[in-house]
Amino acid sequence: MWNGDYLFLLENLIVKDFKIRYRNMSLGVFWSLLNPLVLMGVLTFVFVKVMPNNNVPNFPIFVLCGLVPFNFFSIAWNNGTLSVANNAGLIKRIPVPREIVPIASVLSTTIHLAIQIALLLLFVVAFGRGVNWHWLWLPLMWVLEIVFVCGLVLATSALDVYLRDMRYIVESACTVLFWLVPIFYTLDIVPREYVTVYEFNPLAAMILGLRRILIDGVSPNGDAGLVYKLAFTSTVTFILGLSLYSRLKNKFFDYL
Amino acid sequence: MTVIEFKNVSKGFHRAVGQRLLRHYLEDLLGKSDPDSFHALRNVNFAINDGESVAIIGANGAGKSTLLSLVTRLAPPSSGEVIINGRVAALLELGAGFHPDLTGRENIRLNASLLGFSRKQAGDLYESIVDFSELHDFIDEPLRTYSNGMMLRLAFAVAVNLDPQILIIDEVLAVGDQQFQAKCMDKIYEIRNQGRTILCVSHALGILQTLCTRALWLDHGQLIMDGPVAEVLHAYEGRALHAPSE
Ligand SMILES: Nc1ncnc2c1ncn2[C@@H]1O[C@H](COP(=O)(O)OP(=O)(O)OP(=O)(O)O)[C@@H](O)[C@H]1O
Ligand SMILES: [Mg+2]
Repeated sequence: MWNGDYLFLLENLIVKDFKIRYRNMSLGVFWSLLNPLVLMGVLTFVFVKVMPNNNVPNFPIFVLCGLVPFNFFSIAWNNGTLSVANNAGLIKRIPVPREIVPIASVLSTTIHLAIQIALLLLFVVAFGRGVNWHWLWLPLMWVLEIVFVCGLVLATSALDVYLRDMRYIVESACTVLFWLVPIFYTLDIVPREYVTVYEFNPLAAMILGLRRILIDGVSPNGDAGLVYKLAFTSTVTFILGLSLYSRLKNKFFDYL
Repeated sequence: MTVIEFKNVSKGFHRAVGQRLLRHYLEDLLGKSDPDSFHALRNVNFAINDGESVAIIGANGAGKSTLLSLVTRLAPPSSGEVIINGRVAALLELGAGFHPDLTGRENIRLNASLLGFSRKQAGDLYESIVDFSELHDFIDEPLRTYSNGMMLRLAFAVAVNLDPQILIIDEVLAVGDQQFQAKCMDKIYEIRNQGRTILCVSHALGILQTLCTRALWLDHGQLIMDGPVAEVLHAYEGRALHAPSE
């Protein structure tokens, strides 16, 4: 039915989201840097000065390896969940392929992510951890992470059209995940029986993998095969999200 | 050749009574139909041939916009079959897909891509779109500073430049000033004279009379008359005079 240019449309939707988000802010893109920096400072203060019984060296970059993926995850998931309902005018009036709306929303957040990744890498180098060959894993891992978030967002944005409570569920889930994902603690202190759950959680796998590459300077896979697990869960989530979305999208018109 | 065909098409909406009930979603997912749903269209049958220009008339809430959303496949029918051959360009609502914080130029690009232009087409047509809209001085201002008429100019300029095989217009012409309305009508005639199919919803019967050759009259979701535009409009006006509250 719609036989336009997917890439051109996607590009325009991403640029639109990005411009709208930053145009009316005087500090613009600077905000993307501020949030993780402030949290990094606070968490470092708490875990190094207030409760100085942890033995993690380089705590600031350790925690930044957790904050950057988490920050992207929670912003992309929350905004993505709202994207279909917020673009009701477009969905009800223009026959575009509807999957493109939530996906564009996630991809527009990756611009913000790119800035934060640059910040993270800068810190890593500043802390004296050099560049190593394992950095080549990074693009693949980020792509898998984005695929994972796209899958989640496809599911929750479609459900949000029918049940507007969805957005609050997502918000709460993000708050809970901040604690359940190893942002300011290591996997070593997690009880053994839960370790597998952590490794199959793409967000946790991402954080663990980042630390292996950037801080320990070793391959992200290790014994656990983290990247394979990340690839597995991300692909499955994406397929499930997409199939749920394509089931629910037919009735968007009636419910928006 | 038939470009649009409706076979026994009905479209129902759930009576939400102010609340979206979980039961409705489950019924939707299971594909059951709700006995107390409200029918915006009921057993509509018609076929439109290539090159016809057809008016759709009826009172507020009769189901005209719903019918157009079925033609554009924005909504699926509850029962029956909708068959469409050809590329549809819909001008369903003033500035659908426009964003107030983007400038005129950015909105043209965005809207062009939404309507299915390629990057090259959008670039090539940009000048003629701006020329048609006559908004050169405002093109780099954000859209929220535009008047309704200026927004219509922009929206219309993008849609008519797409070179659609089927053009769908849902009463968007009312906002422009006289001069621009005349220009739009010229453009629509031009499209019609190229042998394109036109579906036009309007309460301005005068325009329909000259633009269209055939009219469909919808009343409470039912197609009650389908014929040459003069006859249908005549009957419709007679009915409207006698039963103004309908
Ligand atoms: N999403 C929806 N949910 C429930 N009812 C709807 C929905 N969309 C339309 N309707 C109902 O369907 C009926 C037909 O609406 P429609 O917009 O097609 O009317 P119309 O003929 O275009 O009227 P107008 O001349 O005012 O534009 C209306 O009674 C409206 O309340
Ligand atoms: Mg209408």
